[in-house]
Amino acid sequence: MTADVIIVGAGVTGAAIARELSRYKLKILILEKEAEPAFGVSKSNSGIVHAGTQNPPSSVKGWLCVEGNRLLREEIAEDLGLNFVQCGQLVVIFDLADLPELEKIKKEGEELGVKGLELVDRAWLDAKEPNLGPEVKAALLAPSAGIISPYRFVYALVENAVKNGAELKTSRKVSAIRRPAGGGFEVVAGGEVFRARFLVNAAGLYADEVSALAGAPTFKITPRRGEEYLLDKKREHLTEHIIFPLPSKTSKGILIIKTSDGNPMIGPTANDVEDREDLSTSDEGLAEVLAGARRMVPSISKDDIIAYFAGLRPVSGKDFVIRHEDSAPGLVNAAGIQSPGLTSAPAIAVMVAGILKEHGLKLEPKEEFHRLRPRPVHLFQVPPEETRRLIEKNPAYGDIVCRCELVSAQEIREALKRGARTLDGVKFRTRAQAGRCHGGFCTTRIMKIMQEELGFPVKALTKRGAGSELVKAERK
Amino acid sequence: MAAALAARAAGVEDVLLLERDQHLGGILNQCIHPGFGLHHFKAELTGPEYADRFVRLVKEDRGIEVSLRSFAVRLTKDKELSYLRPGALEEVKARSVILATGCRERTREMIQVPGSRPAGIYPAGLAQKMVNIEGWIPGREAVIIGSGDIGLIMARRMALEGVAVKAVIEIQKTSRGLVRNVVQCLEDFGIPLYFQHRVSMIRGRDRVEKVDVVKVDDGLKDIPGSGFGITCDTVLVSVGLIPENELLEMAGAEIDRRTNTPVAPGVNLTSIPGVFACGNACKVYDLVDWVTRDSELAGKMAAKYLGKQ
Repeated sequence: MTADVIIVGAGVTGAAIARELSRYKLKILILEKEAEPAFGVSKSNSGIVHAGTQNPPSSVKGWLCVEGNRLLREEIAEDLGLNFVQCGQLVVIFDLADLPELEKIKKEGEELGVKGLELVDRAWLDAKEPNLGPEVKAALLAPSAGIISPYRFVYALVENAVKNGAELKTSRKVSAIRRPAGGGFEVVAGGEVFRARFLVNAAGLYADEVSALAGAPTFKITPRRGEEYLLDKKREHLTEHIIFPLPSKTSKGILIIKTSDGNPMIGPTANDVEDREDLSTSDEGLAEVLAGARRMVPSISKDDIIAYFAGLRPVSGKDFVIRHEDSAPGLVNAAGIQSPGLTSAPAIAVMVAGILKEHGLKLEPKEEFHRLRPRPVHLFQVPPEETRRLIEKNPAYGDIVCRCELVSAQEIREALKRGARTLDGVKFRTRAQAGRCHGGFCTTRIMKIMQEELGFPVKALTKRGAGSELVKAERK
Repeated sequence: MAAALAARAAGVEDVLLLERDQHLGGILNQCIHPGFGLHHFKAELTGPEYADRFVRLVKEDRGIEVSLRSFAVRLTKDKELSYLRPGALEEVKARSVILATGCRERTREMIQVPGSRPAGIYPAGLAQKMVNIEGWIPGREAVIIGSGDIGLIMARRMALEGVAVKAVIEIQKTSRGLVRNVVQCLEDFGIPLYFQHRVSMIRGRDRVEKVDVVKVDDGLKDIPGSGFGITCDTVLVSVGLIPENELLEMAGAEIDRRTNTPVAPGVNLTSIPGVFACGNACKVYDLVDWVTRDSELAGKMAAKYLGKQ
């Protein structure tokens, strides 16, 4: 098939670009190597919508983060029915001698246009964050920071792009890219050939390989592993802000992160690794995260942990790599999108659309662009009167499948109708299995609903795509 | 069911029995092995048979209203209870509440086993439900972490289904399970049990491929050089149970954060007068017979609280 633009990668960057381009009269194709969108780098994102401090004012990511934050807060979260919570962030110091550092971050943030930055003292912290430990002496408050569910953000972007005519093809790993004499690209993925004049590379950890396949081996991606530990929802009000220590050279340090689903999270570590598939957690990582988090909030205990995972940041130098590659005309890279990539994604999308336009892609607005996406129902987010109304409308909302996170059979069915194909896809969309029992009670029920809705035999059901089958045989 | 029947026998007129599943009997329904009822019924029954003896009595009793697929979402200290069922959000006010909510399994996450997170890692009880209720065999080669009773029983159950159960790994010096289960489920099937060992890494991207095992000393520290690997496609986790008392916690009762059990001066009691917790919600029992005994006591206690007898 032939498209105007092929986007490689359905993570947050590719999804945001697809949604932005779907405003225009263009044929857009998204190729994703995994079974579902958001299954790569994006799924392990912490969900922080950064205020935009802690980035050098001269960097590309500096202004993209501030602009992405504004777009998310003022427009996109509402349009896409996302549960964005503007909780604000605090950068704390353990020694008043570091106050000049905070002043510097404040000044740099203000230069980038971050609003409302304020230095707060211990008395302020005692009133607003009583669980902070005695070592914390002062902090920088950034009220525009917030939290969002990273994967539900991606699903919303993809669903909205598809609603506006973009096409998504999953389990399509790009194996070759040819450049025919007449210009444009022939992309071989999953045994099929797709053609387009423009190619946008948002392939995350594999962006360097995709760029090289297209004829522009101009950068290298180094995975930087981060381990995150999720705490029980009972500890939701451990802190009211996202808490950062003063950043180091390589990372923003071990944070205490609020999540839009209620469970606080602690982490991440930051270790450069070779293996782009190594998502393992370690004893050392756990120790590092616990020590870092406890320094800020001493009451955090190992027993609070209900889940943990590791993610890989696709790092290419200090900044994002967003540019047209003159050595491969028509190729636009959106690569090296490490932190604050999720926040920046809406602004990256606008920037990439602009680059495409500069290089000859005609951006003619559609007569009708569907800006809004209906907010999916999550019982755990709605008050009792609303629950009652929903059940009256559809009895299956009263049929609870996941007890820890309060997810009904109807929500599972809706997730499958919206595109979930795997057990993890159901989890990321609905939170079923994401609670303290970790799917112990609900997994078989979800698998049965998946069989009904998708028409798959049980042996074809997977955790996250081919190779991760859940059941090896059926009893005779 | 035992508490409901005992409350009725003690003179309580109107009992509402809420069950979240579509059948009465709870976890007993997936426990198709024998060994239940030796004390209470002086007979060796399977789990479903044991449950069925109560189901029949409950169904005959006009004073017990059973509501299936009913999920309690809210409890207050004034004993106001809300529950969801297909088609309705119901609200009831009770004079006394007995929580017989059982327990959940501790997970791989709670003991923080390092490694990747592929398909093929299941709590042993979930694997039991897959095999016994759904007829799904989760894998072909299994390693079991922890020697709790469910893990031991599942070792045998998987072996009977032709699965190669390669090892049970227990970090302590002794089994957490019943001696009879160690003998009947492991020794009789030639399944090795490694005491003072731990799984130090789970490997595999999409599906489990291998686990690393290491011997630990009396202080639970790894002994250098003692590590070895076991190839397998399945890991079952049987590392204990946690009473489910989230409703009780919501009602404002005092809960021991370590054991997740009610803080109270005696069995079945909670810090809220008239709210009782019995069975595995009160404490983790090893035999269902003792659960029945104490749950019957809870029924009587509720009756007494209501001024009966």
